Amino acid sequence: MQSTAHDFKGNVGAALADPNLQDSLGKLKVGFSERRRQAAERLPEFEALRDRARDIKNHALANLDFYLEEFERKVTALGGQVHWAPTAEDARRIIGELCRSIGARTVAKSKSMVAEEIALNDHLEALGIAPIETDLGEYIIQLRREPPSHIIAPAVHLTKDQVADTFLEHHGKLGFTKRLTERNDLVAEARHILRQKFLDADVGLTGANFLVAETGSSMLITNEGNADLSNTLPRMHIVLASIEKVIPTLEDAAVLLRVLARSATGQESSSYTTLNTGPKRAGDLDGPEQYHVVILDNGRSSVLGTEMQDMLRCIRCGACMNHCPVYGAIGGHAYGWVYPGPIGAVLTPQLVGLEEASNLPNASTFCGRCESVCPVRIPLPSLMRHWREREFERHLTPKAVRQGLALWGFLARRPRLYRRMTALANRLLGLFGRANGRYGSLPLAGGWTRFRDFPAPEPGGTFHAQWQRRRQ
Amino acid sequence: MAPLQEIRAAANLPGVSKSPSCSGAPPRRVALFVTCLVDLFRPSVGFAAVKLLEEAGCSVEVPPLQVCCGQPAYNSGDRVTTRDIARQVIDAFESYDAVVAPSGSCGAMLSHHYPGLFDDDPAMKARAERLAGRSYELISFLVDVLGVTRVTARYAGVATYHDSCSGLRELGVKRQPRRLLGSVAGLRMSEMTSPEVCCGFGGTFCVKYPDISNAMVSEKTADIAATGADTLLAGDLGCLMNMAGKLQRDGSAVRVRHIAEVLADMGDNASIGEPVRGTG
Amino acid sequence: MDNRTSVARAQILNGIRRALRRDALSGQARQEAEARLAQPPRGPAVARANLQHADKVALFCQWAEANNATVARVAPDQVTGEVVSYLARNNLPAQAVVAPGADLDLFDWGSQTLLSLRKGRAEGSDPVSITGAFAGIAETGTLVMASGPDHPVTLNLLPDTHVVVLRESDIVGGYEDVWGRLRARYGKDGMPRTVIAITGPSRTGDIEQTIELGAHGPRRMHILVVRE
Repeated sequence: MQSTAHDFKGNVGAALADPNLQDSLGKLKVGFSERRRQAAERLPEFEALRDRARDIKNHALANLDFYLEEFERKVTALGGQVHWAPTAEDARRIIGELCRSIGARTVAKSKSMVAEEIALNDHLEALGIAPIETDLGEYIIQLRREPPSHIIAPAVHLTKDQVADTFLEHHGKLGFTKRLTERNDLVAEARHILRQKFLDADVGLTGANFLVAETGSSMLITNEGNADLSNTLPRMHIVLASIEKVIPTLEDAAVLLRVLARSATGQESSSYTTLNTGPKRAGDLDGPEQYHVVILDNGRSSVLGTEMQDMLRCIRCGACMNHCPVYGAIGGHAYGWVYPGPIGAVLTPQLVGLEEASNLPNASTFCGRCESVCPVRIPLPSLMRHWREREFERHLTPKAVRQGLALWGFLARRPRLYRRMTALANRLLGLFGRANGRYGSLPLAGGWTRFRDFPAPEPGGTFHAQWQRRRQ
Repeated sequence: MAPLQEIRAAANLPGVSKSPSCSGAPPRRVALFVTCLVDLFRPSVGFAAVKLLEEAGCSVEVPPLQVCCGQPAYNSGDRVTTRDIARQVIDAFESYDAVVAPSGSCGAMLSHHYPGLFDDDPAMKARAERLAGRSYELISFLVDVLGVTRVTARYAGVATYHDSCSGLRELGVKRQPRRLLGSVAGLRMSEMTSPEVCCGFGGTFCVKYPDISNAMVSEKTADIAATGADTLLAGDLGCLMNMAGKLQRDGSAVRVRHIAEVLADMGDNASIGEPVRGTG
Repeated sequence: MDNRTSVARAQILNGIRRALRRDALSGQARQEAEARLAQPPRGPAVARANLQHADKVALFCQWAEANNATVARVAPDQVTGEVVSYLARNNLPAQAVVAPGADLDLFDWGSQTLLSLRKGRAEGSDPVSITGAFAGIAETGTLVMASGPDHPVTLNLLPDTHVVVLRESDIVGGYEDVWGRLRARYGKDGMPRTVIAITGPSRTGDIEQTIELGAHGPRRMHILVVRE
């Protein structure tokens, strides 16, 4: 998808003014975090499992080439095929060619953030192949031609009424002319329509939560079962996964499963956890004739061995955004690209460029709530800070900020001069503000006083001036 | 944790003390890291900190060559300036038994972030680590290191306490302030629904992204209002100024104070952003 | 492998090695990674499911019900009667597609004259499926289904109602126990095409984060835990 991350501030303005979005975010903030807290409390080993999950991903990243090759060997041995895609364009081309090789007209897709990353749907449509999103949330936003706003709950920005209107608009031509008001009726209508699409689809395309090197399996986790229908009904199953999804063994998968669902939705376990290994076997009554895994790099390998490597541990649970007060205020679309929230603020500059996305790692208070819930303990605030450092080094920081910092830095390195300046500032601010106790507006502080008053200093001078007077 | 033992040994601190006054124990040399905001806007927080530390048996000094911990540069990606300032702080503070700041975010800067600034300078890193091991946020220092369990203070009112992010998540400041507030005569506590959610201050964040910051602080002030408290307390002046500014813009009567003022029985002056009596 | 594929493959693998500042994994690091694959180390043990077998069975039932499945604990000779009774209780047709494997033949389906059964894979029109299960996981009340000629995957997914017959002896503590059973049954290199771990009926929270059952897979899951 086309990034609008450069217009982050414009996106924020729109998000804050959208009452439906604000309504939806109000529910998200309470729901997900409370359910995660309860799930973590129910499992005494949760913190130890987080440590282990972090270690597993670190080990896999340190040996990434080895495990990818092992994975490929196993897939091939069981009749599947692995394709390597250094860039998004390579991945699009490979998938397009695979679809064309069987004359595919429709592709049933199970939610894949990597597919969003490479803008696969646009490419398939250009080839005359219809991609059909089958995750309910993805289906809803596909009808509305919107990008996902959350990595596990793509339509979390919408209210039930908006979904009802969307279904009425798009399902009317299929004979569903009644506007539905109940959630279960909306789900049933989508199920009915998508069931036929599953049965008609030529290709099933899924992402992967993990690639297990030991067995050559791709592991997929859903609540709806749409990934399973995608990998079982069509003639061809294509798995699209990025390089960092590979883990060594099934035992490692067990650890990651225990932290993933709990962190994501607060569930003990998602409804469906599926290992797919190769195509239909001799004697099988169902399953695809062909099984392909497309492994995408798209700039990830260049992060290895750098201070940013920790971002590759991410298992896409969404806990960081569920707990982020910034995400909670503005929702996912404001981030302007595929991955929102704290992990988006870290991934997006890597994947679309720091110039395009420099606002994202800056738009954080470093409150640290994301890191405190991350199942693989990614130090998200530190990674955002590293982006700010690179931005500063490359002179991308806005001029006003640089100049302000330079002046402040000049003074802060000269404590005696600094002391005289603060005494002066204290006197001036006190002089004009003390009668009211605060300022309603203040030169150079418009960002503050637009929404809040600015407290005036206490009388009597700075602390250091008073302390010196007392000691004399 | 090694640093704690180290400071106890170095400063000859008792492990636990039943009372705030540790008469008989030798005074420990504690340096107050005033913080730039307290220096400029709210000196009474500094004096409250001095009072609390002295009552707990410390001898408090204020190194004169202190400015700021360096967070504005650090969080803006300016590592060179940050290192310069960190060096300056280390020079000024490393000779004391302990460094105490009435702020979780400045305390965490010294104790959690300084060593990482000097990964390419082993000598400086060692000094930074030494300082980190003896740097504390005020309230957790009182409770966890000095063993203070109660204070002698009175404050008439209902207060709610906001957990500032760095103190809470980097330093584990959560139960210590509530414990000491529980001993303030006349004070009743009323908790927010989400005391641990960021207030939207975030240093330069609040002026770089004022719309987002406003959305966050609006949610916070609504949570504060719902508690029915007449006083908002927290351990970081930046957060307090942000929340005070929003409450006052909205016409709220909630008074806003640093927790040290109340614990030191200095809660009768004008609150943050309130007109000083006699001058209005 | 065509030329373009091998170039792309080398580009990615060499990029990784360059970033990690080393050549292809060798020496001790390679031996350690190989050992990890050969003898996978377990993660932290979860105490919850570390129980006597009878308690594991009870825990399985408890979590399955917590995840919106229904459970009936029955003797072998009660299996077919319970199936018919379940379908009747829920006003469902006495008509099901059954997994072709021999496991389910052990039960006396012939005595249920009102029940119409068909063996095979499921079609979109089948209202009810009846299958066995490779294992049950006590820790989360999860059923594990291994695909094969005796257990088509569609049986787990297409019908509105999925009835599962699970032997008590197939209930294990956690995922690790299932992996052990899979290796024992299929060998290390012979994973079935699909292994699905199913916890309760299909669901979605995609509309206002409120759970609705029956998103794409079964709306109802009934588990018969069979005493032995």
